[in-house]
Amino acid sequence: MIAHLPGLQVHLPVLQVIVPLMAAPICLFLKRAHLVWLFALITSGLTFVISVLLLQQVLTSGVISYELGGWQAPWGIEYRIDKLNAFVLLIITSISTVVLFAAQTSIEKEIPKSKHTFFYILYLLSLTGMLGIVATGDAFNVFVFLEISSLSAYALIAMGKDRRALWAAYQYLIMGTIGATFILIGIGLMYQMTGTLNMADLSKRLPEVAQTRTVFTAFAFVIVGVCLKLALFPLHLWLPNAYAYAPSIVTTFFAATATKVAIYLLIRFTFTIFGLSFSFTTIPLQTLFMALGLAGIFIASTSAIYQNNIKLLFAYSSIAQIGYMIVGFSISSVTGLTATLLHMFNHALMKSAIFLALGAVMYRLGNVQLSSFHGLGRQMPLTMAAIVIGGLSLIGVPLTVGFVSKWYLLLALLEQGWWPVAVLILLGSVLAVIYVWRLVEVAYFKEPLSDQVPVKEAPMFFIIPIWTLIIANIYFGIDTRLSVEVAQAAAMSLFGVTP
Amino acid sequence: MLMGLFNHWVVIALMMIGLYIVIAHGNLIKKIVGLTLFQTSVFIFYISMAKVNGGTAPILADDIIVYSNPLPHVLILTAIVVGIATTALALSLVVRIKETYGSIEEENIQHQDNQAFEQSNSQNGSNAPKGSKQEKQA
Repeated sequence: MIAHLPGLQVHLPVLQVIVPLMAAPICLFLKRAHLVWLFALITSGLTFVISVLLLQQVLTSGVISYELGGWQAPWGIEYRIDKLNAFVLLIITSISTVVLFAAQTSIEKEIPKSKHTFFYILYLLSLTGMLGIVATGDAFNVFVFLEISSLSAYALIAMGKDRRALWAAYQYLIMGTIGATFILIGIGLMYQMTGTLNMADLSKRLPEVAQTRTVFTAFAFVIVGVCLKLALFPLHLWLPNAYAYAPSIVTTFFAATATKVAIYLLIRFTFTIFGLSFSFTTIPLQTLFMALGLAGIFIASTSAIYQNNIKLLFAYSSIAQIGYMIVGFSISSVTGLTATLLHMFNHALMKSAIFLALGAVMYRLGNVQLSSFHGLGRQMPLTMAAIVIGGLSLIGVPLTVGFVSKWYLLLALLEQGWWPVAVLILLGSVLAVIYVWRLVEVAYFKEPLSDQVPVKEAPMFFIIPIWTLIIANIYFGIDTRLSVEVAQAAAMSLFGVTP
Repeated sequence: MLMGLFNHWVVIALMMIGLYIVIAHGNLIKKIVGLTLFQTSVFIFYISMAKVNGGTAPILADDIIVYSNPLPHVLILTAIVVGIATTALALSLVVRIKETYGSIEEENIQHQDNQAFEQSNSQNGSNAPKGSKQEKQA
């Protein structure tokens, strides 16, 4: 419908951000919780439609530049959508919409009724922040949107019914604010050297002053700040507890999108703003990130094996998966970056499916301790099957999306002749086998405990979104055209290679 | 040279004091104080950057030619708002933490959490008969 209104077509980049931003306060006027839920769902659906249209537009006619308020680009704020932005926007909006479908059912058990409206308001604001970070072409705007999404994230996490959620939210707030302020310092230093905040303009002006200590310092601040946000090992300490004790819907949404947005920022800052030669030649980012990525994979996967809280287990697994993305990034080749972008997409699919299924378990059982899973394979067959398929995808079994991105990662490594790293990546997958197997064993091969109350399958509001995601997991594992093509095109344009 | 960069020295000193408080102090309120100091140092950094020698406040007037750069001022206005929101949210979290944990000392809270964690783990690890569970609680 939107596509047929020529006037609106031009404004798509800003509508992407404005729609959820404006929708958030409107929630306050809708009295009934179900109504608010429906409204949030429609809003999120609308952002999804917009992001699809944006991607189409970018693929057919190239980069879209939108001048906010009609002010010309280097002075005014510019929204700039290229293939990378459009791809990440699509990931965020699609996951957000699918997850929201289950939201009302899930929060009824986890959040007091009086707070339901606020939950949706915060959810929409957080969505706004993430979309804003990705859509904007202005460095300071990134900071503002980062704080919008983070502040609402802290509040959302604190809504968890376990009191540890409060402590986790506080810790995340401290770490997150330090990270964001680091980014702010970096942006300030860049502004001091170049006199501009526009990303495209910065990328033109920074090379002239690249060999100064100020720019080096700016780079260091920005990278550390972004890495705090994306929970790169060893800056990941805030993540496990925040994900484990937040309400299930919040965990699902953030596990699938928040870290992806931070990785987008990392790519944007290193590739576009500072430029490839500065980031990877002047500074030994490659070795550093390769080492940290690998350490993250092994240490986080090993920690995951020892967890008895399943949400905590998959939170650690998320840190390991971020490690894979960082390894792909550190290769700094087109194939490597393609692998990273693919894994962003694929990891969003598998983790949202798994965490949503855990949300269903939480709905029925009230906790996600390993001991509660005894015999659950027979009591909640559809939910558990979803977790198993998601787990297989996490391991990287063929015919699932996890295989596709690992395959590209291995290809990229072998292209460079780094086969020892490739072997380590495969070993990392073995660790994933172990932690997924622990859950499968308890769920399928153990009898229910004697004092355990038998439960029914999860309600349809869970099953439909979970299986939508699982089918997407398998579909994009077999038919890789869409995801690989877009990721490859985005990677190529970042490297300045024309296909 | 040293005096010319006076503002920057202050910024760095404040920044380090702030960060140190956040890391070293166990009291949650003190941590927030440190965090605010840290953020404020960045505000001063931006404002110092905007200073133009001989420039006045950026208000348009006929007989003035040199103005300070207004852009960083505006940016920091935004950042101050963000900072206030962060502080308010952090303080309200501390209120809730005090309500549920009965303490605002990091060590104390961590200790309570660790106990809860171990308890849930020991309940899980072995499919222990109920007797042993109760013994532990007692």
